[in-house]
Amino acid sequence: MIFDNAPALVVIFPLIAAITVPIIGYYNKRLIPYYVTLVIFCSFIFSISNLRTVMQTGSISYTMGGWEPPFGIEYAIDYLNGFVSIVVIFIIFIVSIYAKKSVEQELPGRTINFYTVFLLLTAGLQGLIVTGDLFNVYVFLEISSIAAYALVSVGKSRDALMASMNYLIIGTVSASFILLGIGYLYMVTGTLNMADLADRLPLAFDERPKVVLAAFAFFLVGFSIKVGLFPLHTWMPDAYSLAPSAVSAMLASTFTKVAAYVMIRVMFTIFKPDFIISTVHAHTILAWLAAIAIIAGSVLAIAQTDFKRMLAYSSVSQIGYIILGVALMNQIAMTGGVIHIMNHGIMKAALFMVAGAIIYKTGIRNINDFKGIGKTMPYTSAAFTLVALSMIGIPPTVGFVSKWYLALGAIEAGMWVFVGVIMLSSLLNIVYFWRVFENMYFYRAEGGKVDEVPLSMLLPILILAALTFLLGVLALYPLKEIMAPMVQIILPG
Amino acid sequence: MIEDLILAKYNYWIYVTLMMIGFYAVIAKKNLVKKVIGLNIFSTAIFLFYISIGDVIGGTEPIYIHGEHVVYVNPIPHVLILTGIVVSVSITAVALALIIKIYEEFGTIEEDQILELQS
Repeated sequence: MIFDNAPALVVIFPLIAAITVPIIGYYNKRLIPYYVTLVIFCSFIFSISNLRTVMQTGSISYTMGGWEPPFGIEYAIDYLNGFVSIVVIFIIFIVSIYAKKSVEQELPGRTINFYTVFLLLTAGLQGLIVTGDLFNVYVFLEISSIAAYALVSVGKSRDALMASMNYLIIGTVSASFILLGIGYLYMVTGTLNMADLADRLPLAFDERPKVVLAAFAFFLVGFSIKVGLFPLHTWMPDAYSLAPSAVSAMLASTFTKVAAYVMIRVMFTIFKPDFIISTVHAHTILAWLAAIAIIAGSVLAIAQTDFKRMLAYSSVSQIGYIILGVALMNQIAMTGGVIHIMNHGIMKAALFMVAGAIIYKTGIRNINDFKGIGKTMPYTSAAFTLVALSMIGIPPTVGFVSKWYLALGAIEAGMWVFVGVIMLSSLLNIVYFWRVFENMYFYRAEGGKVDEVPLSMLLPILILAALTFLLGVLALYPLKEIMAPMVQIILPG
Repeated sequence: MIEDLILAKYNYWIYVTLMMIGFYAVIAKKNLVKKVIGLNIFSTAIFLFYISIGDVIGGTEPIYIHGEHVVYVNPIPHVLILTGIVVSVSITAVALALIIKIYEEFGTIEEDQILELQS
């Protein structure tokens, strides 16, 4: 059965397709967008099959070339990465539909190159999610990072080149830190398999505590840069605001989420919660950094006039929510943090798509020039309103679900100050989204004729906007069937 | 004391020193090509670290000969770093390609001059 090999196929499908895109493009350029969407849809089907297998028979361990796990490379899928894998590939699928028209306009004549790198990024992200081998994490991280640097650099303005260069330098330093952390762990345990590492680490820590502590520090700093946690976020606003629209939507909603997932994996599967709480106290530091990120990101977002740049700073603050959920170290907050990976992915993809749609139709990036867009682009504006309300956290949207769980988790941990932080951030969210509402709806337009984006761009936006509402109403299913057993595995007790 | 700390572990000291030289170049140099050279020194230092953790005192090359039991060095870090070298080469290639484009667009590769042109 082909579905027996689904764990490997989610990665291999986009990887092989990336190589075949130039061949197909050589014969017929117009086929490529459909081909890419089809490939990503297949990868999506395999992802669903993986999570189904996990829900029916428990965690999957897929071995490469018949080498048994501690020796060979293992793809390990449980509830956590099965879930993240589906979320990420679904958003990439939606973005790939949206990308067709957007890329035609922004990168004329370069569609082949764009879609090749796009698929490489997809393969890298999927590999990063399903792998159970620590060195593989580094390799896939670099595959997806290199693809991301290339995609950012093709932005319209020449400043995109400098944004990409800065991203490359910071990203390479962070990946080098992760590589060093892997080396330190290998030095004391002699293994690279995550499950095996988790077994051997307590003994290694008794023998050589300093090496294990250094490895943990390297991982924490390295992943904090990749996630874009507040003081290390500097690459993010430039890269997200200057990249082409489809790339912004994809990077902002998937890459940082995948990095956050790997961070959770390293902290909870390899180092174990006990080590973090009682030995290094990393959770306190992370929780406070996350709180600072939430507030500072929102405040900086208020200061922006460029729509895409505002969304990028809002990402800085939303990353804070995910890290806060992870750092509070109890099951409820963990649920909130992980479900926010999905919620924020959907919301940020929709918002960047709206930004891209407005640029596609009018070329306007400055919020103060949005006057009358509520009249000329009614569906896009309506979708934006729904998603922005979800970002603020109005029930019954998805944004409310994650904020509710995070607040409950903060109360459970006895840290009331973080409840205050979440409240304050919601207020700040209202401030920076209100400016956009105001300009969109409360000014008289000059033309006033309806002039919407093409259907292939509008439909993805509407689907995602509908999902922010639907998943908020139907949140109980993923919470009960996927989140509950997942949290039980990574944070027992 | 000094022998234990420095002489016995000189390979690690070399790696740390090289890494800091590379890090300094990445942070302090204004010229983009020099920054990329710094990145390369940085990652080469990490390769040296990996290669030295694979060493076993008195070990030979890791070739299996049937029926013989010899002490051999650990080949896995070396193989890992082959992958690392490939990654480093690709990143350098992307960075240099970017620098060429930056030079075409801005006419300079000095970071402070580019920042002036941007605003």
